[in-house]
Amino acid sequence: MIVNEQLAIDHGLKKDEYKKICDLLKRVPNITELGIFSAMWNEHCSYKSSRFHLKNLPTKGKNVIQGPGENAGVVDIGDGDAIVFKIESHNHPSFIEPYQGAATGVGGIMRDVFTMGARPIANLNSIHFGSPQHKKTKNLLRGVVHGIGGYGNCMGVPTIAGQTSFDESYNGNILVNAMTLGLVKKGKIFYSKAAGLNKPVIYVGSKTGRDGIHGASMASASFDDKIEEKKPTVQVGDPFTEKLLLEACLELMAGDSIIAIQDMGAAGLTSSSIEMASKGNLGIEINLNKVPCREANMTPYEIMLSESQERMLIVLESGKEEIAKKIFDKWNLDFAIIGKTTKSKKIELYFDKEKVADIPVDTLVENSPMYDRKWKKTKLPKRIKINKELFKTLKVKNILNKILSNPNICSKEWIWQQYDHTVMGDTIQKPGGDAGVVRVHATNKAVAASVDSSAIYCWAHPLSGGKQIVCESWRNLISVGAKPIAITNCLNFGSPENEENMGEFVECVQGLGEASAYLEFPVVSGNVSFYNQTKDIGIKPTPAIGGIGLIKDYKNMVTMDLKETDNILLVVGKTEGYLDQSLFARDILNEKNGPPPEINLFNEKNNGETILKLIDKKFIKSAHDVSLGGIIIALSKMCIKGKKGVTLKKPNYLINQIEYLFGEDQGRYIVEISKVDLKSATKILQDNSVHFDELGSVNDNNLIIDDKTKVSIDDLIKSHTNWLPNYMDN
Amino acid sequence: MHSSVITFPGSNCDRDMDVALKKFGFKNKMVWHDDVELPKSDLVVLPGGFSYGDYLRCGSMASKSKIMKSVLNFAQGGGKVMGICNGFQILVESGLLPGVLLRNKYLEFICKNVFVKANNKDNSYFKDDKKDVYEFHIAHNEGNYFCSNEQIREINDNSQIALFYSDENGIVNEQSNPNGSLQNIAGIFNKQKNVLGMMPHPERMIDPALSGEDGSIFFENLINNLK
Repeated sequence: MIVNEQLAIDHGLKKDEYKKICDLLKRVPNITELGIFSAMWNEHCSYKSSRFHLKNLPTKGKNVIQGPGENAGVVDIGDGDAIVFKIESHNHPSFIEPYQGAATGVGGIMRDVFTMGARPIANLNSIHFGSPQHKKTKNLLRGVVHGIGGYGNCMGVPTIAGQTSFDESYNGNILVNAMTLGLVKKGKIFYSKAAGLNKPVIYVGSKTGRDGIHGASMASASFDDKIEEKKPTVQVGDPFTEKLLLEACLELMAGDSIIAIQDMGAAGLTSSSIEMASKGNLGIEINLNKVPCREANMTPYEIMLSESQERMLIVLESGKEEIAKKIFDKWNLDFAIIGKTTKSKKIELYFDKEKVADIPVDTLVENSPMYDRKWKKTKLPKRIKINKELFKTLKVKNILNKILSNPNICSKEWIWQQYDHTVMGDTIQKPGGDAGVVRVHATNKAVAASVDSSAIYCWAHPLSGGKQIVCESWRNLISVGAKPIAITNCLNFGSPENEENMGEFVECVQGLGEASAYLEFPVVSGNVSFYNQTKDIGIKPTPAIGGIGLIKDYKNMVTMDLKETDNILLVVGKTEGYLDQSLFARDILNEKNGPPPEINLFNEKNNGETILKLIDKKFIKSAHDVSLGGIIIALSKMCIKGKKGVTLKKPNYLINQIEYLFGEDQGRYIVEISKVDLKSATKILQDNSVHFDELGSVNDNNLIIDDKTKVSIDDLIKSHTNWLPNYMDN
Repeated sequence: MHSSVITFPGSNCDRDMDVALKKFGFKNKMVWHDDVELPKSDLVVLPGGFSYGDYLRCGSMASKSKIMKSVLNFAQGGGKVMGICNGFQILVESGLLPGVLLRNKYLEFICKNVFVKANNKDNSYFKDDKKDVYEFHIAHNEGNYFCSNEQIREINDNSQIALFYSDENGIVNEQSNPNGSLQNIAGIFNKQKNVLGMMPHPERMIDPALSGEDGSIFFENLINNLK
């Protein structure tokens, strides 16, 4: 096949990028080489539009062992233990083929984690769908949930938390972000940096097929009318093989045979071999005839670009081939010595005794394009003017019912009941709480994890929205009694070639960087997904933040269910009744303008740390952060979980009832404290200059809002739980 | 007391079962599916998971594993064999227990706490148990028990039903049936009552910090009965 500019453009490369390739090689690439360049230089693998901005994120901290740049981030949790974790998107394939797209997303992120030597101990996910009324939504939701469950359940890794939202901006581009946490001993972390000359390069796992060719390129482009034609670019997952691969890799890792290991994810054998060579400043030579293939007559081009799942590339210590082979034979997995490390600093491929590619590694990595794309700043919108006279015509009870059954608020039990969330026997906080919590096996420690995003806030003002999600993640961890350690981010945006979308990206990243620096909550891994766009319409900016925290003694974990009648409830943090961009404004007033709530990072940090002090002293019986829907929604969830009621007090300052109940001021928590501890607890709050108000007290069975408004717990449960199962059944 | 837990390719509750058995005093050994001989055992457990990826039919390929010959011999000699979840599926596929496990009625994987009522206590698994109704945990996609009319008659005649899905008061009704199982069957014995298969996972209920503690009651009682 003749390689020319048009063929390069068909591979998703730009004209000037093709020219750069020819200049770097000082010749025209052959077809295999063109395929390799297109795979390495697409947005998904090269981060060419995002690198310039991502470098400003805070990535260091006293607990950080490994920041961005490896398969996943690693943090220290004491006693020689470390947590490996990362979140990754699988948006484009999940829209085209929801079951396989979501399943392989889960498989891919687990592989990233166990590549580093860690046994996966928890999965999370953040999934976003179009309007419930949209004709595709129901099937996509069902397919994605089945796919996530199908893969994670078979692997025997509990899915402990997640987030699901619906918004019409996802009608043509759903989001599927999967996150995995793994546990490893600090001294047994494996990296992808090759070292040493003439070391054997080993291929293990499944055979290579023709599935997923150009998957990474597909994920680097917008959708159009011909989306059905993209189906062959979606990979097909086999969780059974991955389970075997996990056990075999961990068995091999227990010894000292491995120099470097890298999973074959996006752009398969291409990116894994180049990554290892580049990090080790070495060359790699591969004989493609040795690669185990599933189909006959595969070309070098196909072998290099296949995204068949459940495969790993390993650089072994010389002389360890037999030991390694024995382990992979035991687990019935393919094992092949396909090449060796060289000093050439080139990637050299042979097929049928001919050299089919000869590319200096630095041209693919260091010399890959980087763009400082044009972007537009989003102005802070003007505050909305609300006619408070209107509030008098509203019944609090009706609004409460409506918001509790809002698709973005209602119970997601229909979803998480399809995920095995208890396998491994260490899940001590199930989905449905502020964060999922798993014990560190056979210790007193536990790790909490939460995944959050707020597309509405980010869309209204990306800078504030970016800060807000980091704070939300921080609050969710604090609410279960965990000390926040670090985050991973999955940055889902429209096209970077559109100035507004690029602006959303730049400012969200800036916001989340500011918040994570201030909270000392560094970013240790992540992934960027651009081109979540169909024709000219992009999604709302949806950065998802996966946060993890440590609970030193799992017995001190806090849950949100109300515990005991007559206990006192405090709302910690100031309630001013901020309604712009709130669920109340959007859902009840149909007012979609205005700036999102402001973030005060000092208060966030101070309030959170003070709550942890109260938890440490065992003063807090239950806790929940106040987020979407305000105080009354947070309280309702605490009532539902604990099957208890609450009698609200009138606030002791002048504030409209609607604003008080539904305002979405940030930095707030509701905590339950028994009467005997109240004085000591409030003293700690005062000593730390933390604002709090007494909200009310726990009763047996009703949410009593005022003299005229009383809602039974059964009614709350009905409003909260019925929407999703009814929607899926009809 | 010596126990053995068999690990098949794709088993994923083998470690959890090992932890549970050891916690309640068993000296447990992990046995690889490709081994030929069972170590000396008072109890053999086939754990949950997705042996062979559930390909062909759940449990079907595992039932043909090398070690299963020894398990069959052990069971036929009166040895205690317990299969949990995928282990139950392997037991029916191997012919040690009657019937089959179909896909759940609503075609969805279910992971939640359920109540089960012990139906027959005249055996080493439930004898002297202070509980009648347990809160256990289920996590499966194919737990919908089914068998022929003739088989169910025989099962009932021999009091082979071990556990029914019930409500918390032990009432067996349609509402408490999570997966469409025939007669709300959650677990059955063979005729001699030395082989037990059940869908619920007692090993996930052995700690107050987990979903509950009824699994602890089950295991404590089991080891006492086997002594």
